[in-house]
Amino acid sequence: MLTAAGAAILLLLLLGLCGPLHGRLPGSAARTDRIAYGGGMAGCFVLMSVGLAALSGAVEDDALSAALPIGLPWLGAHFRLDPLSAFFMVVVDLGGLIACIYGLGYGTHEREPGRVLGFFTPYLAGLNLVLLADDAFSFLLCWEFMSLSSWLLVLVSHRDPENRHAAYVYIVMASIGTFCLLLAFGLMAGPGGGYGFAAMRASALDPGLETVVLLLAIAGAGSKAGLVPLHAWLPLAHPAAPSHVSALMSGVMTKVAIYGFVRIVLDLLGTPAWWWGLVVLLLGGLTAAMGVLYALMQQDLKRLLAYSTVENVGLVFVGLGLALAFQAQGMVVPAALALSAGLLHVLNHSLFKSLLFFGAGAVLVATGERQLDRLGGLIHRMPRTAILFLVGCAAISALPPLNGFVSEWLIFQAILLSPQLPDWALRFVVPAVGAVLALSAALVATTFVKAYGIAFLGRPRSREAEAAHEVDRWQGAAMTGLAALCLAVGVLPALFLDLLAPVTQALTGASLDRQSGLPWLTLIPIAEARSSYNGLLLLLFIAFSTVVPALVIHRFATRATRRGAIWDCGFPQTDPATQYTSGSFAQPLRRVFGTLIFHARERVDMPLPGEVRAARFSVELRDLAWDVFYAPVARAVEFAAGRLNHLQFLTVRRYLSLVFGALVLLLLVLAIWQ
Amino acid sequence: MARGLAFDISHLLAGGMVLLSFALLYQDRMFSLLRIYALHALVLSLSVAWQAWVQGAPHLYVTATIALAFKAIVIPVALHRIVVRLGIHRTIETVVGVGPTILFGLGLVGLSVAVILPVTAESDALAREDLAFALSVVLLGLLMMITRRNAVSQIVGFMSLENGLVLAATGAKGMPLVVEISVAFSILIAFIVIGIVLFRIRERFDTVDIHALDSFRGERR
Repeated sequence: MLTAAGAAILLLLLLGLCGPLHGRLPGSAARTDRIAYGGGMAGCFVLMSVGLAALSGAVEDDALSAALPIGLPWLGAHFRLDPLSAFFMVVVDLGGLIACIYGLGYGTHEREPGRVLGFFTPYLAGLNLVLLADDAFSFLLCWEFMSLSSWLLVLVSHRDPENRHAAYVYIVMASIGTFCLLLAFGLMAGPGGGYGFAAMRASALDPGLETVVLLLAIAGAGSKAGLVPLHAWLPLAHPAAPSHVSALMSGVMTKVAIYGFVRIVLDLLGTPAWWWGLVVLLLGGLTAAMGVLYALMQQDLKRLLAYSTVENVGLVFVGLGLALAFQAQGMVVPAALALSAGLLHVLNHSLFKSLLFFGAGAVLVATGERQLDRLGGLIHRMPRTAILFLVGCAAISALPPLNGFVSEWLIFQAILLSPQLPDWALRFVVPAVGAVLALSAALVATTFVKAYGIAFLGRPRSREAEAAHEVDRWQGAAMTGLAALCLAVGVLPALFLDLLAPVTQALTGASLDRQSGLPWLTLIPIAEARSSYNGLLLLLFIAFSTVVPALVIHRFATRATRRGAIWDCGFPQTDPATQYTSGSFAQPLRRVFGTLIFHARERVDMPLPGEVRAARFSVELRDLAWDVFYAPVARAVEFAAGRLNHLQFLTVRRYLSLVFGALVLLLLVLAIWQ
Repeated sequence: MARGLAFDISHLLAGGMVLLSFALLYQDRMFSLLRIYALHALVLSLSVAWQAWVQGAPHLYVTATIALAFKAIVIPVALHRIVVRLGIHRTIETVVGVGPTILFGLGLVGLSVAVILPVTAESDALAREDLAFALSVVLLGLLMMITRRNAVSQIVGFMSLENGLVLAATGAKGMPLVVEISVAFSILIAFIVIGIVLFRIRERFDTVDIHALDSFRGERR
């Protein structure tokens, strides 16, 4: 089984050669595109099948682990496919497969396709390798490979200074994250150096050290996933890459980061302390609220989507935090519910976020614009994209019967079980986090009403938007597939939830009751008396309640012609600039949260009486994380570097003296320590 | 062979090396410095030979021969010729603060004993004392390198430091010959490189006082 996976990964790595070979192979340049993306599709399909087979338990355990004699001499490289990595593998490769389909169309618009092709499939391979790694060394190596290949993809349009800055911030944060993970694994390996995951699972750590490992895992995996306040690189880097890569980074790579967190904290660390859940919950709630508030303020479509990723990662972490809290009390069934909810949201977010990024990419191809305020009226020019993007918006806004609703509903079900928790702190905090989630769910809906309304409705605000055209069939097919999957998970959640049973069984020791056998495909997570959800009935009801009135109205409404006063459709002036803009849509909420969270400054520049120039209104927003968190650190590093700069210009004897002094000092420490 | 005698003699030789390291610290004339260094290397080769006899490890005789040939004869003679050719044999090098340096050196010996003895509590007394002395020789060599200004005396400091390393290596049982030979060769190569650098410095600056280098870089002292 792993042989097939290994072969597929090798294929993906080899396809990276298409980058340097682009345009040099016989045949047209587009042929290299087809080889790379077609091969990528095949590789992802194989890997996804392997993941599905492992998840359904069709394979014996022996076939799911392998040790290769590469890597560290006394360790080798261990790979294993357990239910957790199998589930994430399905998520990753489903996203990868569809991204490859999309790339077939999108890639032809790339200015320097070689730069994308060279790293796209190796990046997919890196994502899979992280999931398969079964020892700390391979894990970190693959993790870093994934980071570096995605960094190179961020740098594809390297001529834009903004992208270079984004890539710089990204590589710095990625290095810090890997460093934290390195320390975490080092602590878990202990002085004996048991770097295999099996050894870490078996060994028990000192509670103090466990705390340190938890914090390092939050910092390391959280920075990759985009946990506030470590998220600042994410809204810069994700939009900078080509859209299908953005979709992978947002929809898939953040999931691999979540996988890293789950692997370390729920799998390797052992029984959680009661407050672990509290920390993760608070961070998740903060991330969800801040992420969506920032998203709401964005004018750039792709950056808006990136901030919304931050929000969704917060939601997943709330689920994981609840799982930790329940787990600490030995309440395994609620823990399984919370974990299932979080993991299902992982799948869902990868689906609808990829869909939305593909939509943004389609808009980018059609108009060359990412600024919402230069779009508008695209629903007439790109009807298919508009409908599919609407499905994505509805899904991410957690509207039934789509998939976003199911996972958020399950998270709330887990939150509603919190009164059973014995700790008072948790009993207070969990409902508060629930309220924050409810608020952010509403704000998400606002955000996507804004994004959709400004970009697709109304009239075009620029000539580019006016000249937009529908995208090609590959891109359309990819988006259609994702929209269909969003609907499928929303209507048939039981099938997908049952896939998670082996994962929760392995991590929490319990799983939800089998859902797919229930009549009418109902979802009953705990007990029927508590709550149940039926996506199919809801879909039928929605379809019925919309189609029937529409038919009735069309059938029975009067066709008589009426005469009335001329109505100007709300546009007394014909200039498209009089339409609502994204800034004006967000203004009420900006006023509410503005001064506190965004340090918003509104500036009105009125011309003096007699002047003929136009008045100007400008808004200045700041990301609080930059001011509070990053700027002091950057200043401290700069200060230390300035101070240490003198060390570059010492005399030979002083260098020797430094070495000597350090040696004597260490020996002194050694002598006194004993 | 009485156990006591073996211990006493190796102790004597290693202690002699420490003593000679101290003697190196306060020499202010080039030729006497080189002579004491030759003596240092001679004692080292005796010590290694004694270890070979005690441990019954014939390959250590090779090491002893290498030490004798290269360190006690070839290198001192070569340095001697370099000094004559550079015309610095009459230079009296002011050694900074002999008293404090010696006191500091004593502190270093104390430190190495304090570090080594508890660490090696389980191994036999011979290796323990040897290691403590070897560490002292290394530290004293380093101390000599940082208190001297003349490049030639820095080389001597470096060579005596290396002698300490060889002493430590042979004190431990089961050290493979190949390690010792490679150390010996690396030292020889280092010597050649340093010798060439010395002449280059001399060509450029008409002195081997390394202050000339610092002021050439435009640095404050």
